[in-house]
Amino acid sequence: MPPLLSLNQVCREFQVRGRQVVAVDTLDLAVEEGEFVTVVGPSGCGKSTLLNLVVGLLPPSAGRIVYRGRAVEGINTAIGYVTQKDNLLPWRTLVENVEIALEIRGAAKNERRRRAGDLIGQVGLSGFEDHYPHELSGGMRQRANIIRTLIYDPELILMDEPFGPLDAQTRIVLQDQLLKLWRASRKTILFITHDLVEAITLADRVVVMTSRPGRVKHIAAVPIPRPRDVYQIHMSSEFREVYNKLWNELRPEVAPA
Amino acid sequence: MTGRGRLFVYRLLFGFVLLAAWEAASGRLIDPFWVSRPSDIFKYLWGVFADGSIFGHLAITLYETFVGFFIGATSGIALGFFLARKEVLAQVLDPYIVAFNGIPRIALAPLFIIWFGIGPNSKVILVVTVVFFLTFFNTYAGVKGVDVELKNILRVMGASERQILFKVTIPATVPWIATGLKISLPYAIVSAVVGEFIAASKGLGYLINYNTSLFSTTGALGGILILALVVVLCNEIISRAEAYLLRWRPRENGRKSNELY
Ligand SMILES: Nc1ncnc2c1ncn2[C@@H]1O[C@H](COP(=O)(O)OP(=O)(O)OP(=O)(O)O)[C@@H](O)[C@H]1O
Ligand SMILES: [Mg+2]
Repeated sequence: MPPLLSLNQVCREFQVRGRQVVAVDTLDLAVEEGEFVTVVGPSGCGKSTLLNLVVGLLPPSAGRIVYRGRAVEGINTAIGYVTQKDNLLPWRTLVENVEIALEIRGAAKNERRRRAGDLIGQVGLSGFEDHYPHELSGGMRQRANIIRTLIYDPELILMDEPFGPLDAQTRIVLQDQLLKLWRASRKTILFITHDLVEAITLADRVVVMTSRPGRVKHIAAVPIPRPRDVYQIHMSSEFREVYNKLWNELRPEVAPA
Repeated sequence: MTGRGRLFVYRLLFGFVLLAAWEAASGRLIDPFWVSRPSDIFKYLWGVFADGSIFGHLAITLYETFVGFFIGATSGIALGFFLARKEVLAQVLDPYIVAFNGIPRIALAPLFIIWFGIGPNSKVILVVTVVFFLTFFNTYAGVKGVDVELKNILRVMGASERQILFKVTIPATVPWIATGLKISLPYAIVSAVVGEFIAASKGLGYLINYNTSLFSTTGALGGILILALVVVLCNEIISRAEAYLLRWRPRENGRKSNELY
């Protein structure tokens, strides 16, 4: 079976005041249906650009992006995208932000409210339904950003450092929830993070990117059985082994030569 | 007492002090022929409200202001949205719009009276030309400034362009439109009155002009006081509507001034 998503020799450059910046360079990657793939790489290596290319907001300068056997042109609405910035609509309350995708699809109001309420409860935001984004903390906004994508059940979900602005404890709780959700729904997830522990904890496969221009440096499978215990996993010897291998790949990219 | 109630009392007090100073100065420091005096003005106002003779003038001026305001605002908002989506056309029209807006409206007023007569129509048109540009510029800037990322988020969710217009572009532009309306309202009233000054047979501007020609400073200042009250009242209404529509925005006093994020 062909992969759900594949990138073949994809390049993307930007013109910044006459200077050419190569953000993504001849990148090859394939994601199978139902897979959880995480991407780690140094800041500015083109990770967000990669997701923008996959969802079709940016056209590649060269190369091809194939989704379900078809070359993608324009925005691919089968994909959900949790952006790095929370991008909530400031004139909508929390619950109105969470339910907006269902509103777009014409779902009835009480159905929308019910499903939004469930998700809001799951991420610990109950009681804040009627707050506007500026009345929420950065971490609360980010949780809202995540669940407004989960609510409409896209088949591939892109997540750009979704737990970045959260504290370590909340982060682990949400990692656990995300894994449970993923196991129950068998979605495909492409997840970006700068945290190697998080990358290994969640993934079937971890992709290491080079520093800019971003390329795939190494892909490692994570042979830790599921369901995983996110609270304990980093203590296992299998984890250590994968971690050391990946850190050796990543270190030369993040440390200045 | 609540902060609002206290503010109201302070405001009343300040107005009272001003009037008292005026009353005291008039007849002692300055001849009341020039500045009249508050007690005379209130007597005059009482008279014209009691016999009802003021209402005809007030109605005409309010009619000119609000009809002109409504037409100017709706057409300004509509053109703002339209041109914000037509890049090339907007660039072609730009110097003309700037030039038209640069014409002093007072220079147009006599022309409008020639074209549209001395009745309310010429004043309505004058008001339209003022309100139109202010709301147009604000709406245009607002639509142009909408965060593209918010639109893209909705596109990815599968929203149609129409849904993006109603769920992102319009709400994001509301603060700009509100500002345009708020700043153009006093100008609308002033334009109607200026139009009446030049040629009219009714209206507050006509009344003030008429009293001035009779050297009745009491009548002139009374008319001006009514105008001032109308402006304050309208401004209060618009501010309340704005506060309601923009309740999602962080208020400056919502966060303490010594916080950083
Ligand atoms: N719209 C753009 N215009 C110009 N340059 C861009 C644009 N978007 C990204 N870049 C450049 O491309 C490179 C990669 O940016 P990108 O945002 O993809 O990095 P990232 O890996 O997501 O970084 P971080 O981990 O800090 O979020 C950067 O050097 C950036 O300057
Ligand atoms: Mg990024």
